[in-house]
Formats: sequence, structure tokens, C-alpha cells
Amino acid sequence: MSQTHLDLLEAESIHIIREVMATAENPAMLYSVGKDSAVMLHLAMKAFYPNKISFPLMHVDTTWKFKEMIQFRDKIVSDLDLDLIVHINEDGVKKGVGPFTHGSTIHTDVMKTQALKEALDKYSFDVVFGGARRDEEKSRAKERIFSFRTDKHQWDPKNQRPELWNIYNVKKHKGESIRVFPLSNWTELDVWQYIYKESIPIVPLYFSEKRPVVKRDGVFILVDDDRFPLDKGETPMLMDVRFRTLGCYPLTGAVESTAKTLLDIIQEMLISITSEREGRIIDFDNLESMEKKKQGGYF
Amino acid sequence: MSADVEKYLIDQENKELLRFITCGSVDDGKSTLIGRLLYESQLIFDDQLSELKSTSKKVGTQGDEIDFALLVDGLSAEMEQGITIDVAYRFFSTDKRKFIVADTPGHEQYTRNMATGASTADVAILLVDARTGLLPQTCRHSFIVNMLGVKNICLAINKMDLVDYSQQVYDQILNEYLEFSADLNFKRIVSIPISALKGDNIISISNNTDWYSGESLIQYLENVNFNIDDEPQPFALPVQWVNRFSHDFRGFCGLVSEGSISEGDEVIVKPSNKRSEIKKILVSDKYSSNCSIGESVTIELADEIDVSRGDIICHKDSSCDSVQQFQGKLLWMDDEKMVPGRPYIFRFGVDESSGSVSRLRHRININTFADEACNDLELNEIGIANIALDKKIIMEPYTKSKTLGSFIIIDKMTNNTVGMGLVNFALRRDDNVYWHKMDINRNSRSESKNQKSVVLWFTGLSGSGKSTIANILEKKLYNLGKHTMLLDGDNVRHGLNKDLGFTDVDRVENIRRIANVSKLMLDAGLITLVSFIAPFRSERDLAKDLMGNDILEVFIDVPIEIAELRDPKGLYKKARSGLLKNFTGIDSAYEKPENPDIHIKSDKVSAEEAAEIIIKKLLQDSVI
Repeated sequence: MSQTHLDLLEAESIHIIREVMATAENPAMLYSVGKDSAVMLHLAMKAFYPNKISFPLMHVDTTWKFKEMIQFRDKIVSDLDLDLIVHINEDGVKKGVGPFTHGSTIHTDVMKTQALKEALDKYSFDVVFGGARRDEEKSRAKERIFSFRTDKHQWDPKNQRPELWNIYNVKKHKGESIRVFPLSNWTELDVWQYIYKESIPIVPLYFSEKRPVVKRDGVFILVDDDRFPLDKGETPMLMDVRFRTLGCYPLTGAVESTAKTLLDIIQEMLISITSEREGRIIDFDNLESMEKKKQGGYF
Repeated sequence: MSADVEKYLIDQENKELLRFITCGSVDDGKSTLIGRLLYESQLIFDDQLSELKSTSKKVGTQGDEIDFALLVDGLSAEMEQGITIDVAYRFFSTDKRKFIVADTPGHEQYTRNMATGASTADVAILLVDARTGLLPQTCRHSFIVNMLGVKNICLAINKMDLVDYSQQVYDQILNEYLEFSADLNFKRIVSIPISALKGDNIISISNNTDWYSGESLIQYLENVNFNIDDEPQPFALPVQWVNRFSHDFRGFCGLVSEGSISEGDEVIVKPSNKRSEIKKILVSDKYSSNCSIGESVTIELADEIDVSRGDIICHKDSSCDSVQQFQGKLLWMDDEKMVPGRPYIFRFGVDESSGSVSRLRHRININTFADEACNDLELNEIGIANIALDKKIIMEPYTKSKTLGSFIIIDKMTNNTVGMGLVNFALRRDDNVYWHKMDINRNSRSESKNQKSVVLWFTGLSGSGKSTIANILEKKLYNLGKHTMLLDGDNVRHGLNKDLGFTDVDRVENIRRIANVSKLMLDAGLITLVSFIAPFRSERDLAKDLMGNDILEVFIDVPIEIAELRDPKGLYKKARSGLLKNFTGIDSAYEKPENPDIHIKSDKVSAEEAAEIIIKKLLQDSVI
């Protein structure tokens, strides 16, 4: 039988990862702990098989991630014997930057965007893998698979290299870097289908469970630790919820759901009426928010 | 319930993947069509739909109706301008297939983006506005899609609602197109009357076109046979990366570009032509008895032979070959034009080499398809050229193998992708010119003169003092008993380069000849002083490429105002008055060297002092 679309997507992603291996000086994989990162990591392991992955994973920890994400991350890293770099913007921590005190925009900029730039400068990675997909959002539909960044980590939408066939231009001057997105051509459904087909482990937060939440601006937010500023007399509600995307817990909305298995999740997704990014609060800023963040160096 | 989901997943898993490109002119309705396909295949979620409805009212062009184009127009600049300025990839699926759509702009100046989209497409949907019929862009796009080897064309005659669904209009456009495309290599052309805005013949057959008996657009996309490509080629695996696991495991990784192979089959490794057998095959991370085109594999060979990135493991019948000179078709994609002789990097799938266009045969006018004489290629121009690489690369004609016959062209300075190309055929000339090996070589010649031979390449504006300084320097070297030669721009132009003028093309050729003459002087063991304006960095790089470490770039730096004040030959005056065209510094650029080996500010030091500085450097480098 001829190759299915998943076979073709897998072959393409492995080809991309190996192309980096063959040409980059100091590559790393940005590992966000989410489902896309899980798939990307799985593909990297295939690309290297029977060897183990030779580059480090890098996690930019905003210090506000879900506890379960950190537990899962550490377990995966030890189970698979991987090399992990955790980077935290210590300056931001010292200044006490957080989503509750500084709002989502400043928090994301300082603890995520700035932290990422800091980490890239510190370790001088010349090529960094990211798990972004073109179907996620309009401005990403035009993103290259090999996306060139200036020495200031800037993305210039007007000045991206044309990408023909599967020949990638990996040339760069000193200090410049390339972000590589092996999952560019995957859709959300492809990702879930592949997780199911390959039994890839994912963070339990994707599955429904009774969790303590409160409602903020119409969105259910998990009370993940005692830094959560509850209103006077407020007690969290115990609800069956799960998460469709993962990030900083105060900025990630939970959805009411009883989906406890992968098949439940996929079924829910197929009949769902809201798209994946709705749970991400940072997207609501304005029409072209993602495009602006990318120009500023956000992945 | 979850049994249903499981069945659904299994069905979904076995879908095929079809990549297609949509092309057409600016207002033919491409974005609207893709928006409609996404909408109809129900991949628009409710929150996207409500955002779309509100944006439609704000910036849409359809009044209170949904503007589907907004679903696909991503970047803010194009939302403002109302045109698509880059290739966007979109995804949707039906029960039978999954689709990746390359949405490409129709504007003339963005031809390069269309070629980008077409490079990975199996099918092209060509949109034509029923009211205007075929436009020059329609022909241009057909030409590019054809050049990139797309075999299936769907002519979607759009906006049928605005011509009262007239069969006569439809037939006329179709016939015109068939006549026009007869010379192209399309295997199958299907045409469909549609209205992307109203939805006619998109999903199901419309009652408005009862005279039409074919498929709807979606039916076409679900059923079209896109693997109609020719007979299967012999196996070829371009080696992308060598995976060394332990001392007894060497896996050769890559994406199979042609054919298929099984365990135990005999293979040849090119260019070494060593033979071996397939020992084991990993498809992704699973052992398999065979593998075929499109799979990412790791292959172990039975014998320990040397294989590295850029080599090709192939079946003995494969005709791919190691080639240094070839004829190709180029599409230029950069604002700075392509000039023959200028060095670029030619990047193939797994290998690359610097090289240059040795001869630009002609360009193709994509409105008339006529061959036209030309000296260079500008943005979006297509040309036929002979290309000379600095080393051999394994390739095939593009018509035989898209993977082994395609390349991109990279600018050496900016690292940008400035062009793309397809291999037409190999030129064998290089095989017949052997380097004559000589017993007395450059080292013996320079040693006998008690010096190291080197080229001192003086560059700077006219009037910067290059020739004056070079003259003094040569006298000093002569007095030290050194053997020298001075090549002066003006003098060479009287003899060897008498036939050359001052256009960009001639300047490149001028420098190429000088560089090669200097190389001969270098081999003769001489300290060679070359004094030319050499205004373009890329041409100086050409000289550096040729000479390697044996060239010192001497930048005689002077502000243009001072050079103009000196004006020893009265040339600036002539240039200012318009009597002299293409004069460096006035109406032709001078690109300063970025890292000259010797930097002399001739408005700060005398010519005598400058010569001393250079002597010092030569002593330092033990040249003298």
C-alpha cells in the first residue's frame, strides 16, 4: 500500500531533523512539554535510532508552569536519558515578575520571550527546533520550515528566504540563528492521531479529572499553587476539566470535559466548537498579536 | 462510542495526502476559494467563524456577507493592501484525502512565490475570472507550473455567477486555454465552472450549470490520479547524514528520492562507484525488508566502504552522475540581478558547491515563450544557462528526478536564497580538460627567487592613489631584490581587455580575466601587484576564491570628495557632466571591502608612508 499522510508527514519531519543534524554546529530542541513537543521529541528519537538524541532539550521555565508539566518533563528526561537545559530569567524572578502582578503581556515578554533570547545567547545555539505548526494560526501559515532570525533574534516577515522543494538554505552568519519547525505541515488532528498510533506519552493535564478551578474573565483557571490570589471568601470549585493547550497555569483556560482517554479527547476534538488556541489568553490581545510577538522574538 | 472514534481514526490514518497550488491573477478569487474550501470542509471552528464575521464587517469587501478571503490572508501588510504577498500553506481534509494547499500570489512581481508553491505541488488549480478570460498572468503561471513539473492542471473558471453561468463564455475560455497549453507538458487538464463566492460546483454539482457534466472541485481533488508520473526510476538514496552508533554500526540516512530496494540487493555508491549489498533497512525506526520513494530511511551496507553526505547510494541502472558543468534553467528571485561569472553557492539536496554561470544562453519571455538575448537575469526572469561548479555534484535532469535535478542558488555575502534552478543536462567538456601536472611548481619558482609569491590586490576609488602607491611599492621591492609584476587596470584595458566596456557584465568579465592572469603570475612565483577599482565585493571574492590564502586585499580608502578633488585624469568631471556613464562612485556603486588585509587611508598618510606600511606587513607575513 502507498504511504498514508501520516507516513509522509513522519518521513518529512525526520528528513528535516536529520538535515539539521548534518549541517548545524550547535543545535538544541525547544521543549515546551506540550503534546506538540512530545511528538517532535518522538520524531527526533526516530531520526536518531538506534542512537540516542545527541542535542540537548531546552525548556524555558517561566516558574508559572503547571506543576504536573514539570513532573512530567523530569520523568521523560530521566526515562529517555536525555540532556535537559532548564532556563529561567533570574532577573525576572528577582523582580517578582508574574502574571498576577504584572499582567499577561509583561509576564510573557519577560519570563518567556526575553528568557528565550537570554538562553539562546547564553548557549549560542545556532539552530533551534520548535514545535509550531502552520495550521495553528493565520500568521504561522506563511512561516518557513527553516526560519531565519537575525543576531537580535528578530523575525522579518518581508525578508524570509523562499523555500523550494525540500532543499533548505541553512547558511547563516555568526550570531544569526535558524528556528526549525519539523511539524510545520502537521495539523492538530494529525498530532492527536499520531500520539494515538504511536502511544506517545503526554502530560496528564490533557485528560479530564476533578481539579480545583475558579472563573476569571469567563475562563476557568486552575488553582495550581498558593500563589493564586483568591478573592476574599472564595473557594475553588472542584470540576471535571482538562486542558487543550499548556503554558503558564494562570494564563491557560481549562475546558469542562469528561474525556479521560485519548479516544475521548479525539472524539471531543472532532465535535468541538472552539479551536485550539482559544484557551491561550495571550492571543486575545488583538488581531495580529501573534505576528507582532514573532517579530519581537517569541517563538 | 469510542469504537466509532477508533474506526474513524483508522479510516483517517489511511488517507492519502495531496498537495496542490492555487494560482491566478490578483482578483481571480484564490483566497476566497481556499476560504470556501476550509469553510465547507468544516475546519472553521466557531470562534474562528465569529472572529471572521466581525473582521469581515471591519475590513471585508463583501458588505455584510462573510469575506472568505480573510480566513487565509495572514500578514497585516497584505490585509491592508488587499493582496497576498507570500506563500501560505493551508490544511483541510475530506473523508478520502488530506490536502495541503499552497496559496500563492498572482501579482506579477511575486512570480518567485508561485514557483516556491509549485515546487512541492502535485496538482495546480488555475483560477480564471470568467469575465476577463485568460490574462498574461494565467499564461505566465501555467508556464512556471509546467516548468516545475506539475502534470495535473485544474482550470477553475471562477465567478460564473457574474456571467449568468454562460456555457458559451466557459467553452470559449476553455478552448483558448487548451490551444495555449498545447505546447506545455501537462498530462491532464480538467476544467470546472465555479463560483467560489456563491459555492457553485465547489462541493456538489450546481443546478446553475446544468450543461456541465463533470466533477465538482472537491470531487476532482479527491479522485485525481496524481501519481501519473512516468515509469518508476531505479533506486536512489541521497545520503543526508551518517549515523554512527557503535564501531560496527554505520547507518546511511536519507529520504529515498527514486524507486525502491530490498535487503540483499546490490547497490553502487556514487561518486566512488564502489559496489556493495543492502544489509539492513530501517524505515524511520523500524526494520523492514524493503523501502521506497518518499521514505526516510537508514541503510546499512554489507561492506565497509566510505560513504559520506553528498554521496548517492543507488541501483546499478541509475543514470545519476557526478557532474561539474551542466546546462540548467534558472529563475531569479532576488532584487540584485544575476550576473554571469559572479560566484554563488549552488545548493542541491544533500550537497553544494560554489560556482557561477559560465554562459547565459538566453532568457525566456514568459508572455511569448520566445528566447531573448540577455546579459543578466533580473528578479523573476527565467533563463537558460551553462553553470560551472567548483566541484562535482551528483545530479540527474529534472525531468528524470525532481530531487536530484533541482537546486537553489545562495548569495555568498547575504546568504539569501536568490534563485532556483533545474538541471537540463550535463555538459561533458570538463572531463576533457586535464590540469597539466608540472614538475617545476610554484613553490620551486618562488623559492628560487627567495620570496613567497603573493597577489596584492589594490582596490579603491578612482583617484584614491592606488597606482601611485603600487608604483612606489614595486620600486621598493625591486630595490630589495624581489621579483615583481604590476598589473594596472588602465593598461590591461588597452590590451587584453580591450573588448570590454563598463557595464556590470563587462566589469565581471574584466575582473575574471585579471584574476586568472594574476593566478598565472602567482604560479610563476612573482609578487604581483594588481591595481583595479574592482568596485564589487562579489568580484573581489571571485579573485579570493581563485587565489585562496595567497591574496592580500589592500584597501586604499579615501572619501569620495577628496578623490573627486584630486581627479588626476579628469574623469569625475566628465562623469558629473554626464559624458561618462557607469562611473564608480558617481552613478555606479563602490562596495567597500569588509575585512581588508591592509587598510590605508590615503588622505591621512603619504604614498611613500603607505608603501612602507605594506612592506612591513609583507615582512611580518614572511613574504619577503
